[in-house]
Amino acid sequence: MLRRPHYIALGIVVVVTVAILKLPSRTAARVKLAVSALYLPLFGASDSTQKAVEKAGNTVLPKKELTAQIDQLQRENQQLRLRAAQLEGLAHENARFRSLLQLPKLVDWNLKPARVVARDPANWWRTVRIDRGSRDGVVTNAPVLNLDGLVGRVSEVGFTHSQVVLVGDPNCRVSVLVEETREHGIIEPTTSTPLDSTIVEVGYLSRNAKLAPGQRVITSSYGGIFPKGIVVGHIVDYHSVDFGLYTQARIKLSVNMNALEEVFVKLP
Amino acid sequence: MTSLHTALILATAFLIVFAEATFGGVRRLFGAQVELLPSLMIYTGLSTGLPTIALLAICGGLWLDALSANPLGVTILPLFVVGLVVQRYRGLILRDQRFAQMIIGGCASGAVPLMTLIVLLNTHRQPLVGWISIWQWVLMILAGGLMTPVWFRLFGWLTDKFMYRSLGETSFRPDREIKRGRD
Repeated sequence: MLRRPHYIALGIVVVVTVAILKLPSRTAARVKLAVSALYLPLFGASDSTQKAVEKAGNTVLPKKELTAQIDQLQRENQQLRLRAAQLEGLAHENARFRSLLQLPKLVDWNLKPARVVARDPANWWRTVRIDRGSRDGVVTNAPVLNLDGLVGRVSEVGFTHSQVVLVGDPNCRVSVLVEETREHGIIEPTTSTPLDSTIVEVGYLSRNAKLAPGQRVITSSYGGIFPKGIVVGHIVDYHSVDFGLYTQARIKLSVNMNALEEVFVKLP
Repeated sequence: MTSLHTALILATAFLIVFAEATFGGVRRLFGAQVELLPSLMIYTGLSTGLPTIALLAICGGLWLDALSANPLGVTILPLFVVGLVVQRYRGLILRDQRFAQMIIGGCASGAVPLMTLIVLLNTHRQPLVGWISIWQWVLMILAGGLMTPVWFRLFGWLTDKFMYRSLGETSFRPDREIKRGRD
């Protein structure tokens, strides 16, 4: 059995734990940000080291390789310029049609690049920390994406760092639609695919949905958080659930969440 | 044990949490992140007193929860319970045996996530738990078991380098000295 000092210590720790757990959510978030701020010097040091290593790697690259890279980038630049010119024409045309139909104007996205500096140490959440915070204009629930598609949303904002909850986490429900069939559904986390965090489930699709593997799934803007049209992934397979009332589809996310390094935060 | 020993343990816990958050090698290789605070708690429970155990549980738990999506404070109690039990029964544990260290470290690394999960479910959160969690749990047990002897060696070395060692009592007593020769 435990002795008296053990009971006293246990009592103190239980009181401390309950007091912290029962803090109002706003206060708890502030305390959490204050505690995580202790790690800012380490994050800074880690970032500087990473940059120094990259720089050192660049200095030892042979000239031949650098020239080949410049050639390739110039070719890509030309192609992208052509594509941008085409898209600009289409955008003008789109804007003209929208004004003719008296539809509201599309607003350009204000994107802020950010680096992923840490991952959730607990295995039961899918979150990352980025090096942008309220000083950069980041707000809670701001959508986060990268060149491949949707990454998640900002869940907590500190002054210099923020926490992003990734698609597939139980705290990140996304309203989506299948691009071809316009079927609406909601992304739910899946734990049925061991070791593959790139598969999630889309629930609440109608039972008559005409789905097929490979169809693209995009955000639908119904939740009010994510703008319409961000690529989420592609359908892998589907099946009926709840005695045939709904269809559930498994989708492969277009973003590899295990290899996230740089993302963009969509500012309001 | 000195306050320097406590400070070294807390500094190690701080760095462990940082490493778990930033080093993704294990996660990429095995699909799960390992949790090393329970194994450090075993060392602390077997080598220090209750104040250090409580400090490690509170500080380590807060640091871990602050960098995670966990509600603040859920990890404190599981860590402390493990430390408390080990400290209470440390007379029965062969703490110098590497095999015993590994076994007890593995058990602690399995117990802490389970207790944390129970606390977490009582706060009405929905953690991502499924079949994959069993694999993650096994990996945590293995990593915790392997790391526990490392903490003993590391802190043994640090203690040698940074702390004074108390002198052992000699059998010499001046009043029992045999004086030879004539006076």
